[in-house]
Amino acid sequence: MEGRRSDTNSPDDSSSSTERQPPPLTKASTFVRFGGVGIVLFCVAAAFLYVGGWFNPEALTPQRFADGFERVDGIHSGFRLNHAKGVCVSGAFESNGQGTRLSKAIVFKAGRAPVIGRFSLGGGNPYIADAPKVIRGFGVLFKLPDGEEWRTAMVNTAVFAVHTPQAFYDRLVASQPDPKTGKPDPEKMAAFLAAHPETMQANKIIQSHPVSSGFANSTFYGLNAFWFTDASRISIPVRWSMVPVQPFAPADTAAAQGDKNYLFDALIASIHQHPLQWRLIITIGQPNDPTNDATIPWPDAREHVDVGTLTLDQIESDESGPCRDINFDPLLLPEGMAPSDDPLLSARSAVYSQSFTRRAGEKELPSAVTPSEVRK
Amino acid sequence: MSTSVATAQRQFTARMRFFHWLTAAIVLTMLGIGVAMVASLADYHRLVSIHRPLGILILIVVVIRFVNRHYSTLPPFPATMSPQERSVASASELFLYALLVLQPLAGWGMLSAARYPIVLFGSIHLFPILPHNVMLYALLHKAHTVLAYLLFLTFLAHFGAVLFHTWVVRDGTFSRMAPWRVRLSQNERAS
Repeated sequence: MEGRRSDTNSPDDSSSSTERQPPPLTKASTFVRFGGVGIVLFCVAAAFLYVGGWFNPEALTPQRFADGFERVDGIHSGFRLNHAKGVCVSGAFESNGQGTRLSKAIVFKAGRAPVIGRFSLGGGNPYIADAPKVIRGFGVLFKLPDGEEWRTAMVNTAVFAVHTPQAFYDRLVASQPDPKTGKPDPEKMAAFLAAHPETMQANKIIQSHPVSSGFANSTFYGLNAFWFTDASRISIPVRWSMVPVQPFAPADTAAAQGDKNYLFDALIASIHQHPLQWRLIITIGQPNDPTNDATIPWPDAREHVDVGTLTLDQIESDESGPCRDINFDPLLLPEGMAPSDDPLLSARSAVYSQSFTRRAGEKELPSAVTPSEVRK
Repeated sequence: MSTSVATAQRQFTARMRFFHWLTAAIVLTMLGIGVAMVASLADYHRLVSIHRPLGILILIVVVIRFVNRHYSTLPPFPATMSPQERSVASASELFLYALLVLQPLAGWGMLSAARYPIVLFGSIHLFPILPHNVMLYALLHKAHTVLAYLLFLTFLAHFGAVLFHTWVVRDGTFSRMAPWRVRLSQNERAS
């Protein structure tokens, strides 16, 4: 493996003799030169640490975000930092070909793509009791025929409550339960809302949509804007949502009594009866629609394109199913889709990755919705 | 190789020097990107998107470089280096090569074990080299971090040794790998 090195040890090698030793250095000069070496190395090391954010410990990093989740919701070994409680589903997406005029992404070519999904409840507590007001999440991974993937993580609110990563973190901290009362300090949340009128506005929009009775008849929204690029390289801003084929029924608070998993149990029962379906709707933004603010909805009059139907026919416990070890990173996009300038997107990708890395190395504890519960 | 030619060769070959500085540029960029992206929210996605293809580029360049090194004639060590120093220099060079091969493989392997698509650009992506196993992912993720810091420290040691030889010992070590052509060592020119 070694290249030949011209041998300086051969007897007739004159290299040593031809190299004249430079005149010896004075003590002071040696000191200065040594110092020079030290200073250069120190500066290089300092630059490396600076780039890594070591001199800015106050900056919000994925690690600090993850620590924040663990402080507020506790450490739950092997679970996601957020949307910890969930079940795995699988099925397929049947594209109707309508999306090809919007994006060259292969997922939109007429045909079928296998899908792995995960329904979840917001928050870091994997044993939280199901309740209508808890945010419902839906992560989907589309396996595309050319080996690409499209992953998306959606929730059942039409807009997001915060518009920057810092606001998300501040709201998380404000929601931290007081150790004395076990409940969040209402003053802290009031102070947060006072400083964030966009969250007040978003909450109004969220509350104006009635919550449905279960996962099966929830609409799930991609929240952030993205760019679609078609075959002729024309890009348009879009948002997407999964609209249930199952008819809407309002949330029934009485159903929540007694069964901590009533939402998941209802989902399990309905998938066992018949496959559940959602239509994937792409909303096309106009040039002035904000792409960088997930708290602001686009006008209802925007064009909606139904690009295909998602059918779910399998359900498994988070514990034994295929979705637990998947990171539904919203920036794992196929060619033809790209992130918008929404600051939440890169932050979501970073924090999801941090969450995935942490739980990957942890011992996995049993899920709230157990394998035997899913088999019922 | 005859002795007269060997003594005339003070520098690494032009091709070796090209690969050296190419590797140096990419690896230093990569270390900066790596340490920045793990602490970043706003630029995380952009940096990761560069990190992946650049890592594979390093793997390719290092393999080509290693093969090229095998078929090249190396200049002799400076006469100022003791046998011990020479073996340390050779060992650290080998260690750097090993790190530069292992680090991209750890990255590729870790993405494979996490079942992430290993996207280079557009729809071009690599095949996984390991099965989906999150424990393996966690292990390789740690290894990737440790190797990155080790790589940076090894670079510092390498850089420091060259600076020491060039500024304190003044044996023209830098000119051996200088990107430009140096016919004779500085000492010889001074004589």
